[in-house]
Amino acid sequence: MARAFAPVAAEIDHYLATHQRKSLLRFITCGSVDDGKSTLIGRLLYESKLLFEDQLAALEADSRKMGTQGDGLDFALLLDGLTAEREQGITIDVAYRYFATDRRKYIVADTPGHEQYTRNMVTGASTADVAVLIVDARKGALTQTRRHSYLVSLLGIRKILVAVNKMDLVEYAEAPFRAITAEYGDFAARIGLDDVTFIPVSALKGDNVVAKSAHMPWHRGPTLMGYLESVAIDEERLQKAPFRLPVQWVNRPHHDFRGFAGTIASGTIHTGERVRVQPSGRESTIARIVTADGDLAQAIAGQSITLTLTDEIDISRGDLISTASAPPEVADQFEATIIWMADEPMLPGRPYLLKIGARTVNAQIGDLKYKVNVNSLEHVAAKTLALNEIGVCNLSLDHPVAFDVYKDNRDTGAFIFIDRVSNNTVGAGLLEFALRRAHNIHIQALDLNKGVRAQLKGQKSCVLWLTGLSGAGKSTIANLVEKKLHALGRHTYLLDGDNIRHGLNKDLGFTDVDRVENIRRVAEVAKLMVDAGLIVITAFISPFRAERRMARELMDAAEFIEIFVDTPLAMAEQRDSKGLYKKARQGELKNFTGIDSPYEVPEHAEIHVETTRLAADAAADLIVRELGRRGVIGTVV
Amino acid sequence: MALTYLQRLEAESIHIIREVVAETDNPVMLYSIGKDSAVMLHLAIKAFFPARPPFPLLHVDTTWKFRDMYAFRDRRAAEVGMKLIVHVNPEGLAMNINPFTHGSAVHTDVMKTQGLRQALDKYGFDAAFGGARRDEEKSRAKERIFSFRSAQHRWDPKTQRPELWKLSNWTELDVWQYIYLQDIPIVPLYFARERPVVERDGTLIMVDDERMPLRDGEVPVLRKVRFRTLGCYPLTGAIESNADTLPAIVQEMLLAKTSERQGRVIDYDAAGSMEKKKVEGYF
Repeated sequence: MARAFAPVAAEIDHYLATHQRKSLLRFITCGSVDDGKSTLIGRLLYESKLLFEDQLAALEADSRKMGTQGDGLDFALLLDGLTAEREQGITIDVAYRYFATDRRKYIVADTPGHEQYTRNMVTGASTADVAVLIVDARKGALTQTRRHSYLVSLLGIRKILVAVNKMDLVEYAEAPFRAITAEYGDFAARIGLDDVTFIPVSALKGDNVVAKSAHMPWHRGPTLMGYLESVAIDEERLQKAPFRLPVQWVNRPHHDFRGFAGTIASGTIHTGERVRVQPSGRESTIARIVTADGDLAQAIAGQSITLTLTDEIDISRGDLISTASAPPEVADQFEATIIWMADEPMLPGRPYLLKIGARTVNAQIGDLKYKVNVNSLEHVAAKTLALNEIGVCNLSLDHPVAFDVYKDNRDTGAFIFIDRVSNNTVGAGLLEFALRRAHNIHIQALDLNKGVRAQLKGQKSCVLWLTGLSGAGKSTIANLVEKKLHALGRHTYLLDGDNIRHGLNKDLGFTDVDRVENIRRVAEVAKLMVDAGLIVITAFISPFRAERRMARELMDAAEFIEIFVDTPLAMAEQRDSKGLYKKARQGELKNFTGIDSPYEVPEHAEIHVETTRLAADAAADLIVRELGRRGVIGTVV
Repeated sequence: MALTYLQRLEAESIHIIREVVAETDNPVMLYSIGKDSAVMLHLAIKAFFPARPPFPLLHVDTTWKFRDMYAFRDRRAAEVGMKLIVHVNPEGLAMNINPFTHGSAVHTDVMKTQGLRQALDKYGFDAAFGGARRDEEKSRAKERIFSFRSAQHRWDPKTQRPELWKLSNWTELDVWQYIYLQDIPIVPLYFARERPVVERDGTLIMVDDERMPLRDGEVPVLRKVRFRTLGCYPLTGAIESNADTLPAIVQEMLLAKTSERQGRVIDYDAAGSMEKKKVEGYF
């Protein structure tokens, strides 16, 4: 027996050693429902001879019972493990599959195509090196595919393989493939994906999956498997970044040992190296790198280790031990990109738990700057994020945390939101940068208030918020209102769109984001002036309901008087006093309200002025009368 | 320098074990005595070295495990110095629930699924981790390595708490390689030896004690067998094998044409059976 055993052991040792040295490629597959993702992976496993006999037998039985391929094998059944999704015909959750070739080991996250499960795609994408996007040759890239592409780009996956599937249904013709290549290539470039490879395949028939297709001699690129086998992966990428160890656990078995356990997120560490602990900023030197297999002299990214330091400094779970020469930043306010994953919408102002590395803090989501329309990539003004929506916002934490920006470090720059009641993960986020303003500014309570100040002027302070299309007559009417109030001895101030944009807001453009910021600033200035006791008149297009509501919510209940200057688009365009509509129509002006940017009509304006029925002067009179009726301008009428 | 595949798996698992322990008040490790549990226990010891893992082991017993398993369990718990809690569903015991009279479905439901729920409630555990591997069965591939369950202990496939940024992925071959490379103690039943078996419905069942009722014409015979997976002995099929060392087992693994769950009678109950059991709380 001993003689027979020895060669086996040597052979196995050799095999295991080779096996261990293979590179590991993690990839994610995504696409729309019915694009054939599961079928493609099933085919990959089948053709690579990676299925066990009983799995094949079960597949044959399942295919006969509920397959959609007649007598043929339905490869999708191999992956779609859950009964529920089998019955609905969709993939519900991320399923992981492993296989290995002589060259590489693979971990595949097959992610759902169904819209409500985008959150699970994020789970699969966060560790992937490559994304395989499956597109139906007959349909091209649909919304879901674009959303996934955008997520893939956000999460930092740079290598994209687009498998144009179901080529058998377009007679293996080159033209539809080229059309998708051109269209998707354009989209990919706009979202910063520049390493995109296109391969025409038929998962059902096996063309260009493992073997080169005889039906498509025009395709000169690799097969799917060929691509996966040869695509370059930088396994040492993480080691090159500065050292980061989020402390998971303080290990104190007895008084003589105090170790800090965690997984090295990036970089390398040696004994004797100087480290800094964030956010406290304390420094020390590495004494030992402890593992159950013995102490190490050096450790690298990905290893789970325990460190001891030469000094007794206070470190707890959630702290970040870093190289002293390149420590992470520390902040409590950020701009972040958020991917919302819960059925209940994200609510700005509501406190959520935020977990970054091993630290959990309370976080408040401030103003949502915009959300992203994943189809057009437009920035859209929004107050909240619904399931699967992606937006950019400011975050305010109740404690400072150590972090890197996401593009520098996927581990120390990413976080999740946890609902405080249900303990569910409701969102994920990427830190863009820290905000350094507003650090120690607290609202000052003052003895004199706006009521006292307005009283001195014989009026109630308020905002007359004029909204309407460009050229509707807002400025003209606002001017007349101010003159009339002035004549009545009232104290006013007119904030006009054009004037503000030449000064306070000259750094802003006309994208949706900038429009939102423009209005936010105007609203804040108006609020200060209301506090000063003035009647403030604003004349801004202010096209989005959400921002007008934001302005309204800044004021007290009766202080905000929304005035809809209602001029039909055709008439405003005909008037075109500044020649802007003409420019917009010729494409010289982008994001022009009414032309290529929406105007959301007020639903509950306090005053509705129809300029088709009232001249500007009559409109101003109407407004002043209404102010009288509301008691804003005291007894003088 | 790059980590090997197993080094990565090990590091990921250690990370998750530490994370669960840090984030919960009263965690427990489900210890089922098999090779996956052996690996999980080994990882837990590594995660907290030089301290001892700060949680107990829980074995939800059906009273129908192999005798070798009980002996191994008690010896191992003593060696590592961790507290071992053994829970048997007292009602099931009183009703003498067993796989022969009640069938595998009822037996598993009462003794394992309900037994687990009872134990989690009794001791107030708020997190339980077990060693279910992702490649074992299609439905299991979709569980995060640690399953989060609701207060009623039901596993809801549609609202799994997404475990972002970390994954752990052990296959059967990885487990064997790791056991081999790390020299992890396992139950001797995994190694081939002559054992008394009967062939029943195409499966080799070991006659481990006198409680096994023999059918007409069944005579236990000694055959050289081993087990790829361990559970209740009347529900666990043996395979004929000469693999009596770890390298030989790995070699056999590499040549295997059937996946290991084939040895488990439980899977053949009904289509999607594992998924149904999981919704009910069976690990």
